[in-house]
Amino acid sequence: MLAYIIRRILYVIPISLGVTIIAFALVHIAPGDPLNAVVGADAPAEVVEKLKRDYGFDQPLPFQYARWLGRALTGDLGNSVVNNQPVAASLAIAVPNTLMLAITATLIGFVLGACLGGLAGYFQGTWIDKIATGFGVTGVSVPHYWLGIVLVIIFAVEFNVLPAMGMGPGGSAGWEWNWTHLRHLVLPAITLSVIPCGIITRTVRATVAEILSQEFVQALHAKGLLHGRVMLHIIKNAAPTVLAVMGLQLGYLLGGSILVETVFNWPGTGYLLNDAIFRRDIPTLQGTILVLAMFFVVLNLAVDILQTAVDPRMRRS
Amino acid sequence: MSLVEIENLHVSFRTDEGTANVINGVDLEVEPGEVVCILGESGSGKSVTLRALMQLLPKRRTTISGRIRVAEHDILSLDERKMADLRGPTVAMIFQEPMTAFDPVFTVGTQIVETIKRHEKISEREAEARALELFERVRIPSPKARLKNYPFEMSGGMRQRAMIALALSCRPSLLLADEPTTALDATVQIQILLLLRELQQELGMAIMFVTHDIGVAVEVGDRIAVMYAGRFVEMGSTREVFSRPAHPYTKGLMASTVHGDMKGQRMKAIDGSPPDLTRLLPGCAFEPRCGERIPVCRQVVPAIRTAGPGHTAACVHVGAPAKELA
Ligand SMILES: Nc1ncnc2c1ncn2[C@@H]1O[C@H](COP(=O)(O)OP(=O)(O)O)[C@@H](O)[C@H]1O
Ligand SMILES: [Mg+2]
Repeated sequence: MLAYIIRRILYVIPISLGVTIIAFALVHIAPGDPLNAVVGADAPAEVVEKLKRDYGFDQPLPFQYARWLGRALTGDLGNSVVNNQPVAASLAIAVPNTLMLAITATLIGFVLGACLGGLAGYFQGTWIDKIATGFGVTGVSVPHYWLGIVLVIIFAVEFNVLPAMGMGPGGSAGWEWNWTHLRHLVLPAITLSVIPCGIITRTVRATVAEILSQEFVQALHAKGLLHGRVMLHIIKNAAPTVLAVMGLQLGYLLGGSILVETVFNWPGTGYLLNDAIFRRDIPTLQGTILVLAMFFVVLNLAVDILQTAVDPRMRRS
Repeated sequence: MSLVEIENLHVSFRTDEGTANVINGVDLEVEPGEVVCILGESGSGKSVTLRALMQLLPKRRTTISGRIRVAEHDILSLDERKMADLRGPTVAMIFQEPMTAFDPVFTVGTQIVETIKRHEKISEREAEARALELFERVRIPSPKARLKNYPFEMSGGMRQRAMIALALSCRPSLLLADEPTTALDATVQIQILLLLRELQQELGMAIMFVTHDIGVAVEVGDRIAVMYAGRFVEMGSTREVFSRPAHPYTKGLMASTVHGDMKGQRMKAIDGSPPDLTRLLPGCAFEPRCGERIPVCRQVVPAIRTAGPGHTAACVHVGAPAKELA
């Protein structure tokens, strides 16, 4: 197994390199002049030229890439062209916020999805299955920014029981572990959890149904085991698949919360990205995409290793 | 009192193609310590009979009628919990494919220990000691290390030995063996049969042994019951049935194997194929394939008649009607 893990970790190198190329190139493929963000369209030509040189935009792309990569490796992602702050510093604030939101949402989605999917699979074909599957399908098909707005209207506007904006009182961005701050997490986390909940429901249902159709489940009953113990066997068999799907969902949520973070003014990476796109802030865009993509790569690695560790067939080979 | 009493058992399944009448009036008694072989082609209802004995058939699609008693328990009226209590200490099952009958992600030892602990109030340690003893008994080499194996780490024969150890872990009085050697190589097959026979004599348990292999049936059975389309068409001591088969179906089975090497040989198919269980006709189910059919065979299911001492067959050509069932 160790050999497999080492090989798997080595794979990360070419994948990461690919990720950096894409993160860098994506932004340059998009049309428009990045300097529009810095100076007006009617700025004098020599000012534009000087800025181009300062930001390095006058160099050929491969050269720009090499320089960007070299700096990125030392943790320097450049400065924002909007406010001249280091991109790495903005990310250091935004990433933990997004992580907190995404992890909470994944956990909600996991707990709900595992329960619904488990029930649906165990009672396949009954009304319990139909209701649980219905929830799952709805979860996957509801556009979550729309759901976010609906939740805001109900809980923040109509009943005024939960806040709708920001991470703390008055929309402040500082975080503390207390209820006044946690309240702000509720609506965005629920909104964001709906899709993973639906996907995990479907995965768990299919996995459980597949396991139940195997002969060993009959054999477990044939030796007199009661439902609780049989359930334990099913859970251990389902765990690798469900863990993998959950890990990937967390990855998607890290990058996919742009709309939800924008709706709720949540100061995370999605919010940062959204802002950077509108202002054509190329260094911020590149840095954020790179960091999110690397999270995804590392998460995939973690899921793979975890899966190997959980499954004895893989552990012993 | 017999250990097993099955009376007029009927089992049908609701399927997409209609109702499949799989077991159509089965009567059988098994005495304590007796080995009864159920012999029949694939699809004749052998596994369903065994599963009905343990209430392992899918509840929602299955209709069962008749009476089943095992060790004085009225199986069909037991609730789920009481039935589960019997599975293991009273009646246990060995499956055809030990690879799929073990949970792939638990060690074999764990799966034996959990069974013992489910039924007996003993410590983990004692249960582990019992598992080790069982592994020695079924002659698995280096048993201590093997208990820590996952099923995929064992060979087919060793897995089946482990499955036997599991089935015997709570000392059942009745063992149901559903083609336990079909998936194995011929040489391993014989070893497993000998082991089963030896353990049976040592522990004095009864075995209902299902096979489609006439050589295996002769090897292990005190008695043979020949099944066709969910009915026993012939039943008697192994010697009687083997030397004087009475039912045309049994004769057909014998004729197709008797000249070759008996052991491990599969039954050659008789001309024609088994009936469609969703559309059973009123007469003898074997009639369309039978070389001795006469017009009455199409009209009524033949009664069970006496063919010799303790030997019965359901065929109009056979001797006298059996007294108790006439
Ligand atoms: N759970 C089930 N649902 C529907 N049909 C079944 C089920 N189990 C068995 N059958 C059908 O019952 C018949 C007898 O099956 P089985 O007892 O497994 O035969 P065998 O004698 O080979 O063991 C087959 O036609 C099979 O398709
Ligand atoms: Mg079978």
